[in-house]
Amino acid sequence: MKSHVWRPLVVVLAVIALVLVAREVLVPADFGIGARGYMYGWHRAGNEQQWKDVKVKYKTAAFCKDCHPDKYDEMKESPHRNINCENCHGPALNHPDDPKSLTIDRSRELCARCHTRLPYPNSGRGVMKGIDPKTHNVGLDCVTCHWPHDPRKEGHKR
Amino acid sequence: MISRRSFCKKSLLIAGGLAIPLSCLELFDPKRLLAEKDEKGARWVFLVDTRKCVGCGFCVKGCKVENEVPYDANVTRTWVERYVVTKDGKTHIDSPKGARDGFPNKGIDIGHGKLEEIKDEDIEKAFFVPKLCNQCDNPPCVQVCPVGATYQTADGVVLVDRKWCIGCGYCIMGCPYGVRFFHPVFHVAEKCNFCYHRITKGMQTACVDSCAFGARRVGNLRDPEDPVTKVIMTERVNVLKEEYGTKPQVFYLGLSKEVK
Repeated sequence: MKSHVWRPLVVVLAVIALVLVAREVLVPADFGIGARGYMYGWHRAGNEQQWKDVKVKYKTAAFCKDCHPDKYDEMKESPHRNINCENCHGPALNHPDDPKSLTIDRSRELCARCHTRLPYPNSGRGVMKGIDPKTHNVGLDCVTCHWPHDPRKEGHKR
Repeated sequence: MISRRSFCKKSLLIAGGLAIPLSCLELFDPKRLLAEKDEKGARWVFLVDTRKCVGCGFCVKGCKVENEVPYDANVTRTWVERYVVTKDGKTHIDSPKGARDGFPNKGIDIGHGKLEEIKDEDIEKAFFVPKLCNQCDNPPCVQVCPVGATYQTADGVVLVDRKWCIGCGYCIMGCPYGVRFFHPVFHVAEKCNFCYHRITKGMQTACVDSCAFGARRVGNLRDPEDPVTKVIMTERVNVLKEEYGTKPQVFYLGLSKEVK
């Protein structure tokens, strides 16, 4: 091993060995080929489970129904029937264990998302009941006159 | 002069020496790769009905909260675009804050806080188009990821490994749909993943749940009984930028030529 030809070869082999050892330490055991092959599925398999474990925040109206059947039934009979509770009440998160986590939005802006009149005949927006928020009872919350669970009923009394 | 014996000996030594590290460097086994490819399970797809969308933006709000995308930052996993085509042939497009607050204004947002007013009688057609990650069958973002942080699962959803992403931004440049962005908190590439934590639990995505008009639907293409699959197979659906060959899996009903 004294030859000038062999010495660099030893260095090269040492570098390769070092890279392989470093790779063994740094790359997690589950890093490899997924179902979609090398081009699309080359990843850390454990990450799929990590994404599945993300906490669900919006629990849907079916979750609200168990404790608030009266509100649920009222909604189902109203023109607002397709709106999920959490669109206005905020995500259920840890509700009911943490009642304060609900963030109810009673603002005009929330109603204006759908009920600002826009003259768009080719989309569903054109046929929606709409007002001009610049002229329609400015300064008042919509829920003052319109009951949000069933807009045909009268709103909150002041 | 090198002798024949010594030449043969040294050649064999070098060849043998080279062969050892090569076998150590085996990264994947093609046979295992084939065996793991199975056609069972789901293939998640999305169906957007642009005729039903009213631009309320509840989907954008729901998505931002569900997936912890900072609410006030001007980034979002899904957004809604407004198209107003006037009689002079011009198309006006806007999506203020990704339509997080809907479109409570007739004026078209032309940036810098300015609105362009369009007279009602000038409107030829106007509609809203929700957009999200297309979960392509040939995702360019996955191909360009140098570290394997963006990958596609067996059920077709493209996910981002936040621990593995180095933030190089290749995927953001590679996506022809511009659905990717940097997450302002995690500082890694971010995108819609069809609410993977919801659909794998048998739920709908947050945007589908918050849509009151049925403009958004998620389904399983490998289930012939799935109502979404039935629509995709039997009705005139379209995809965005088909010419790129990315095979998008978000299908649109009522798409117009102005939509890009």
